[in-house]
Amino acid sequence: MESADISALWVTLRLALTTTLILLLLGTPLAWWLSQTQSRIKTVIEALVALPLVLPPTVLGFYLLIALAPGGIIGGFSAHGLAFSFTGLVIGSVLYSLPFVVQPLQNAFGSINRLHLEAASTLRASPLDRFFSIVLPLSRPGFITAATLGFAHTVGEFGVVLMIGGNIPGETQVLSIAIYDHVEALEYAQAHWLSGGLLLFSFIILFLVYRQNNRWAHS
Amino acid sequence: MSSIAFSFKLERGDFQLNAEAQLPGTGVTALFGTSGSGKTSLLRCIAGLEQMGRGRIEINGECWQDSARGLFLPSHQRALGYVFQEALLFPHLRVKANLEYGWQRTPANKRKGDSNHICDILGIGELLQRYPHQLSGGEKQRVAVGRALLNSPQLLLMDEPMAALDRARKAEIMPYLERLHAEADIPILYVTHDLEELARIADHLVLIEKGQILKQGPLTDMLASIDLPIAKDEDAGAIIKTQITQHDDEYHLTHLQFCGGEILVSRIKRAVGEPLNIRIHARDISLALQPPGESSILNVVQATVTEMVDQGAGRFMVRLDAGGTPLLARITHKSQSRLGLEAGMPVYAQIKSVAVSI
Repeated sequence: MESADISALWVTLRLALTTTLILLLLGTPLAWWLSQTQSRIKTVIEALVALPLVLPPTVLGFYLLIALAPGGIIGGFSAHGLAFSFTGLVIGSVLYSLPFVVQPLQNAFGSINRLHLEAASTLRASPLDRFFSIVLPLSRPGFITAATLGFAHTVGEFGVVLMIGGNIPGETQVLSIAIYDHVEALEYAQAHWLSGGLLLFSFIILFLVYRQNNRWAHS
Repeated sequence: MSSIAFSFKLERGDFQLNAEAQLPGTGVTALFGTSGSGKTSLLRCIAGLEQMGRGRIEINGECWQDSARGLFLPSHQRALGYVFQEALLFPHLRVKANLEYGWQRTPANKRKGDSNHICDILGIGELLQRYPHQLSGGEKQRVAVGRALLNSPQLLLMDEPMAALDRARKAEIMPYLERLHAEADIPILYVTHDLEELARIADHLVLIEKGQILKQGPLTDMLASIDLPIAKDEDAGAIIKTQITQHDDEYHLTHLQFCGGEILVSRIKRAVGEPLNIRIHARDISLALQPPGESSILNVVQATVTEMVDQGAGRFMVRLDAGGTPLLARITHKSQSRLGLEAGMPVYAQIKSVAVSI
């Protein structure tokens, strides 16, 4: 592998890990709220969260590009804007992969028997205590699914990255873009290596998740 | 005098709970009523699980809720134990961790009871390393009772803890509950719609109908009255306090003495001199004006008719007095008029069978 490819791999992993971590931190309270609330705006929020599933990545990328530009609603917080930076990529990926984390978590939380939580509350467990001692352990399969899908989906991202990250080696060039470059340059050998690698990686990840969930479903 | 005092109002759709009572602060109090009468809602209000429930509750001097003063302790701040209809053990925790869940969250200076002893009473010492899905229905419910007791409660709430169990499992768990009753030093509120169950376990009875408390009183008095809805139950019947006077090994019988006479029952494994409560179903007593002649019925007691109620559908409930002990007899309307029964008449009560409870 060329050093450019290695650095693209490194950027990709860093991006996917950071994004997954942030998504778990933000997605958990959001998914919990969605699973418990009877608020009227719940449906609106659910639809917003699901948007990245149906929007062309270029649409999301286009609006993000505007928002991240110097003086944009997000980019305004930074002197030079956040477009074409790693931070900008993280912001874009978080939005783009949000439904892949929130939906499995919301399903997992929603399938918890409310009576178990009531039983815990009669056993002196405060709401926060109940969340950590009952909800989290019982939602373990949901968390594994959410983290894996969030991670894998970020690794597989292309359109949004191209729109807002560009193609700066070592900074914003991720694997999917590197493959595109190789193909453009007719370097099929390198493109094969990276594409095959990603294919295998994605399959193994999904296989492991489904196998684990099936095991839990049987126990 | 220790007591549980509460008054609750809760509206949900067309159901209205409006219950106010002062109950004994010791022993087992049964909340009895048909399904939909509001027993469970009342229990949930007491536990603080119904945030819409307004009212107040005081347990042996400690106030948990007083809506008028804006006081509402959430469930987790009320020192109670709650046994639900289903065991609701936490599936990701072993039995031991389930039992210790409340214990660990109780401040050390407020912990009461001893887990070994409680496991002993409930017969769950062997199950500690198992997961809930490895337990039978009866075992799960016993662990749930243990978990509630180890929460060091000041009040134990039990919501039809045997409703989800079949007859065999009920029979398996009942002796444990009876032991619990004998040993627990905290008040227990026990919701049930099974007269048989409450006759075995309760000291005090509260009747609930359409969200309101109809009547309450000591179990023996309540079961011996003929004008309450429970008198219409198939299992209606009075409780009699007796003493074991003699064992008859030849015929495998035990003699029980009560203030209205003597009753013979199948041999009981208890010492002579011990007190024993028995229950005689109203359907198991027949009445005669003359002393019955040769018959296979062993137990005949002399009594006086004190009251009668026409229960409709050709059935009459007769209340008798046998030397100061009330008895209930259910007879047909036809028998009543053929015998010409009236209050004050002496009769012979033939007892077909006797239920022995603790």
